[in-house]
Amino acid sequence: MENADYDLVIIGGGPAGLTAGIYAARARLNVILFEKLVPGGQILVTDWIENYPGFPDGISGSDLVENMTKQAKRLGLKIESNEVVSLDLSGKVKKIILDNGTVTANAIILATGAHPQKLGVPGEDAFFGRGISFCATCDGPFFRNKTVAAVGGGDTAVQESLFLTKFARKVYLIHRRDKLRAAKILQERAFANNKIEFVWNSVVTRIEGSDGLEKIVVKNVKTGEEKELAVDGCFIWVGILPNTGFLGNSVKLDEYGFVIAGHKMETSVPGVFAAGDGRNTPLRQVATAVGDAAIAAFSAEHYIESLKN
Amino acid sequence: MSEGILEVSDSNFDAEVMQSEKPVMVDFWAPWCGPCKAIGPIVEELAGEFGDRVKFTKCNVDDNPVSPGKFGIKAIPTLIFFKQGKIVDQITGMVAKAKLEKSINSVL
Repeated sequence: MENADYDLVIIGGGPAGLTAGIYAARARLNVILFEKLVPGGQILVTDWIENYPGFPDGISGSDLVENMTKQAKRLGLKIESNEVVSLDLSGKVKKIILDNGTVTANAIILATGAHPQKLGVPGEDAFFGRGISFCATCDGPFFRNKTVAAVGGGDTAVQESLFLTKFARKVYLIHRRDKLRAAKILQERAFANNKIEFVWNSVVTRIEGSDGLEKIVVKNVKTGEEKELAVDGCFIWVGILPNTGFLGNSVKLDEYGFVIAGHKMETSVPGVFAAGDGRNTPLRQVATAVGDAAIAAFSAEHYIESLKN
Repeated sequence: MSEGILEVSDSNFDAEVMQSEKPVMVDFWAPWCGPCKAIGPIVEELAGEFGDRVKFTKCNVDDNPVSPGKFGIKAIPTLIFFKQGKIVDQITGMVAKAKLEKSINSVL
């Protein structure tokens, strides 16, 4: 086996990366996890998680990730705040190019996750932080007794809209189709909540205001009709994009940019594994991320063993 | 409260921030906000590195609604850099430490 700084480098500190770290640390691999911000990932902005087993009443996203981080650190995982800029996978020893240097490893687990997709409409960037938000648990309380819009129809949009009704007087839930994609239990709660008004078959086309956000323009995709909704805030949950830009052509990605990995979480490059929301997977949950990550760490351990023989 | 970071309120915001001789960084946060808690340690590290040249402060928006309202803040975490009572930079959301360092260096 060629000399490398680490047996394994894990990129990304959300549930997938931390779980891979827990398994790798317990396997006594020489492992480090690089996280460009702080450990947590997308669940840091998730108000309540009630589909991750072991917490009968549910748990807040930030508490769950704090627990995972503590657990990983207790088992000896080294976590460093550093951004991976690119990878050089041309040699047997893999080079991880960081913001401030390069490290080498025999194996890599990509657990870089995803970030919320924007609407891409005029006013969205200008009013970010002044009415536009992607985080109900952070910003919901600013809208006590106000009217807000929420855009999307999946689990996140519906779950977080329900959370917003604790503060807002009214929540317009704007969805481009005529039915929701969210889990049925969430749909039932949303339909039973009289603060939520559904705006079906509609997309947001403009966001307007002066100092703060004042109104949004929505267009009915069936009729083409546009109307204005007076709102103080607009929360956007229309899906996610993978954090895989830094990978370039180093591993195979699908047409949307998610890393292609097989059932052992192996990517197109031997010794490089993927786990979590950044992988091409039919379901993106904490439960699936940690499952992926356990397999990825197991596969990485076997790969590293195989190099010794 | 962590060492080196001053808790500011609606009542002393003017004196500690707007009238400050030194540039001031205000971390607008709330106990309910996961990302705010997560960037706390980064702000503490920055206070360790730049504390001699920049006054680092935190403002709990839950207890002090007036100050964030003045600056139109409707999202947290929001970090605002003030110099001689004027906003010179404003960053909302979670950002990497390197970006904050760059921002502080450009303010100084």
